Amino acid sequence: MAGLRPESLVLSDFSDQPMSVCGKAFRAHMSGALFWPAEDALIVADLHLEKGSHFAARGHMLPPYDTRETLHKLAEVIDAYDAASIIALGDSFHDAEALERMDEADRETLAIMLADREWIWITGNHDGEAGAALGGHVLDELVVEGITFRHEPAAGARTHEIAGHMHPAARLVMNGTALRRPCFVGNGLRLVLPAFGAYTGGLNIMDDAFLPVFGEEGLSVWMLGQEGVYPVAARLLRED
Amino acid sequence: MPVLPEPFAAWFAARGWTPRPHQLALLEASQQRRSTLLIAPTGAGKTLAGFLPSLVRLSEPGKRPRKGAGLRTLYISPLKALACDVARNLETPIAEMGLKIRTETRSADTTLARRQRQRRSPPDILLTTPEQVALLLSHPDAPFLFADLETVILDELHALAPSKRGDLLALDLARIQSLAPGHIRVGLSATVARPSELRAYLMAQTAPDVRADLAHVIEIQGGAKPDIKILEAEEGVPWSGHTARYAIGEIYEAIAAHRLSLVFVNTRMQAELLFQELWRVNGQNLPIALHHGSLAAPQRRKVESAMAAGQLKAVVATSTLDLGIDWGDVDLVIHVGAPKGASRLTQRIGRANHRLDEPSKAILVPGNRFELLECRAALQAAEAGAQDAVLSRSGALDVLAQHVLGMACQAPFDPDVLYDEVRTALPYASLTRAHFDRVISFVSTGGYALKAYERFAKLRPAEGGKLRVANARVAQQYRLNAGTIVDSPLIKVRLVSGGRRKSGAARTLQGGRMLGEVDEYFIEQLSPGTTFAFAGEVVRFEGLRDTEAFVSRTTAQDPMIPSYSGGKFPLSTHLAARVRAILSEPKSWRALPPPVAQWLLLQQRRSQLPGREDVLIETFARSQRHYLVAYPFEGRLVHQTLGMLLTRRLHRAGAQPLGFVANDYGLAVWGNGDISRLIADGRLGLAELFDEDMLGDDLDAWLAESSLMKRTFRMAAVIAGLIERRHPGKEKSGRQVTMSTDLIYDVLRRHDPGHILLEAAWADAATGLLDLARLGEFLARIKGRIRHQALERVSPLSVPILLEIGREQVFGAHEDVLRSAAQDLIEEATGA
Repeated sequence: MAGLRPESLVLSDFSDQPMSVCGKAFRAHMSGALFWPAEDALIVADLHLEKGSHFAARGHMLPPYDTRETLHKLAEVIDAYDAASIIALGDSFHDAEALERMDEADRETLAIMLADREWIWITGNHDGEAGAALGGHVLDELVVEGITFRHEPAAGARTHEIAGHMHPAARLVMNGTALRRPCFVGNGLRLVLPAFGAYTGGLNIMDDAFLPVFGEEGLSVWMLGQEGVYPVAARLLRED
Repeated sequence: MPVLPEPFAAWFAARGWTPRPHQLALLEASQQRRSTLLIAPTGAGKTLAGFLPSLVRLSEPGKRPRKGAGLRTLYISPLKALACDVARNLETPIAEMGLKIRTETRSADTTLARRQRQRRSPPDILLTTPEQVALLLSHPDAPFLFADLETVILDELHALAPSKRGDLLALDLARIQSLAPGHIRVGLSATVARPSELRAYLMAQTAPDVRADLAHVIEIQGGAKPDIKILEAEEGVPWSGHTARYAIGEIYEAIAAHRLSLVFVNTRMQAELLFQELWRVNGQNLPIALHHGSLAAPQRRKVESAMAAGQLKAVVATSTLDLGIDWGDVDLVIHVGAPKGASRLTQRIGRANHRLDEPSKAILVPGNRFELLECRAALQAAEAGAQDAVLSRSGALDVLAQHVLGMACQAPFDPDVLYDEVRTALPYASLTRAHFDRVISFVSTGGYALKAYERFAKLRPAEGGKLRVANARVAQQYRLNAGTIVDSPLIKVRLVSGGRRKSGAARTLQGGRMLGEVDEYFIEQLSPGTTFAFAGEVVRFEGLRDTEAFVSRTTAQDPMIPSYSGGKFPLSTHLAARVRAILSEPKSWRALPPPVAQWLLLQQRRSQLPGREDVLIETFARSQRHYLVAYPFEGRLVHQTLGMLLTRRLHRAGAQPLGFVANDYGLAVWGNGDISRLIADGRLGLAELFDEDMLGDDLDAWLAESSLMKRTFRMAAVIAGLIERRHPGKEKSGRQVTMSTDLIYDVLRRHDPGHILLEAAWADAATGLLDLARLGEFLARIKGRIRHQALERVSPLSVPILLEIGREQVFGAHEDVLRSAAQDLIEEATGA
């Protein structure tokens, strides 16, 4: 169980859990955000802001509250850690025109969030440089303390990497109950964050797409629940 | 009474038939252009009666309209198979009398070329389903197609009307009324408790606020009373279970002694299990077959034709054989398990012996003691000729949304005119203008409080205050998503050779003969290696790939079928009242088998019996667990909802509940807290515990996380067109749809709790999966009538309910599962 130190688990409170990537200590939060105490940085992946309106433009009138919901959740976790910097790991906006469709109130909320802290928009495949209009830095990649932050995990067996893009989810079957939840998935050397956005679905980590990233062995999985984030043994997980 | 005209009179005479009075009465009513409801038990030849007036009219030479005219008669059936069967049955008289009448069917299977031709050059008689009618009405050429329509025949109307499909059909009829004001409707129905509702359904409601317009009615009295017996097996009725394994010998003997038996059960899994059991004892090698909705269509067709050809001795079936089609000379119906409702049982028993003057013969086989009481109640109801009353419904708003879009696809519409038209449909007669406008706004922009989507509106203003569809894509979306049947995602089951290695097996699985389809939730519980009965054999689950499950043959004798998933039909209110009456009248117990009567006597001595109008609550401790058992007899759905809400409240009262279990008759909650003591000390009041206010905040809080509610919402979202229906070979698997509608549901509840789609889902839940309406009635009924009995030990009556423990989900399950998975990992890592 690389990357997991069981002795430090606090059973009464699952709201965040310690984990490490190449020896650096992080905390995985139940919201799907990752906190890096040493750098006072909060990392989130795949916000997909304005996904609802993207669908609406194509005739599916999904409730137009996803941006509000995602920003509200983000504000809560920023407050919880009082993070000085934010690293958004790409696909922060569902498409390049997302900002133009965004409600004025939501744009203001975003502006307030950006005002007080250092903000880094890593570019994703959906959003390009859409975040630039709001301020903050727009980067393809960011390296801090030897750890690379990028949107899509690089091909091959890499280490020292934290990424998003894949929307990992896990399916747990136990005691006759099956449930499927977004999850953090890592092997102690690299980590993929769950998608943070309100309308983001998930891809099962047993899917072939994860093979080139982590190989077959030694996966560590933290599933998101309503009241906490839970480390789960890979042997309990199933394909869809 | 009219006389049958030629060539009909000669044709009847040649067959040695005399027209029956109801056939002539219906002919007369049609000649007077009166819409009519024909109520008849099975076997009265009501389909022919329904078509006779149309055939007569279509054969009258002077009345043939101009060339290139539209449809003359439209026949609508709930089942496409029934429509095809009726079409075949019409061929004989039309051919033998040499009538120049073109008859065609239309379904999703009809080729595109044929469907297009049907719109250009319509047949005289079209036989189809409500969904196809909706699609025809959404085309710009609908006025041409329907303008000459004279007669609409609605078959199995009792089954169709009280459902969302019935809502859709009512809206379609309202539109047809506008296109062909002179047409009449003929409704064909089995015996129902309240004919006036179907009579009103058949008519355009002209003054919905004042009174209901009723169709003319012709009722054929039932023939001979059915001969129904409850099977008394040598072994006696067991405490629990639904499979009637104990009576398999007697069932087999009954099959052997009859020509053709239909063996009805309540679920597909029960059908599989019973089929296995019958073959296990099938020493004479009798041809016994299996028929249920999960089986691949070719296999079902094979069984049907074998039945018709008289090659079978028995068929084990679920509700797939309930309706309509006659496949052979059935002389015995065996009903295994609880009948659930008086009307449903009558319908099923009617499948035996399709001659009115001879009694249908049926044997009821209860699976357990409660089911025996239910069988007694059903028998009494059948003797009294009583039917379950179906609650009148108000039309679903998601269906209305679909209809509005369909009408916009046909032509630009004036909302004022459409509102008036919609209100002529009985289910929508009391629809308020405000609701109608909200539905229009939903169709156009989603109808959200936050007006974010005006610029993406699907409906745009057109000349004269009308609304039109924004572009061609909207119409395309409508046609792909029309219909009100939203099945839970189905997984195809394919047979492959076994013996694969465990790791990565699913990745190499492919091909294999398709055995049928199962609900996704069933497959979800399986891990590779699990065996289950399917398509009449025991198979081993190998793995899942995309939307296909792969299984292999196995030599295992006993399939590891997981939990009994319950029937779709809860115990009807009518039968529940009769069961309570039996329990409260010890005199009536003499008719029960001795072990069952003794069971009730023991209950009377040790505790109390539930009364007719009250509810009995027992509390006791057993193996350090404390139990509360309630006996509402309101059906599984109500008890499940009640169980969820009671657990919440007991949790708040400090009773530390751990779980609950529910069946059709009652529910048991267990926990660590001493419930008897809490009540004795006055710290827990049963009146407060069962107060109606549980339908407020507690219900609301539970609904936020209820998977049943989310499923209900998903169905409404698909029907209303918020999200796309899944199509074969097209993107999204069912799971991804479930996923995204759950997210939408959560977001909508938080940000727009008054949204019309939540209102629609709530209304569904009230009558559907959560049965809130019935729960509300129950809570009101027992106010001040709760009888509590604290006991030293388990009561006899509670045993069948407690035996179901372990088959149900427990309180707070999901978070607990995650916690125990985490605990499991900790133990693994720390070597504990």
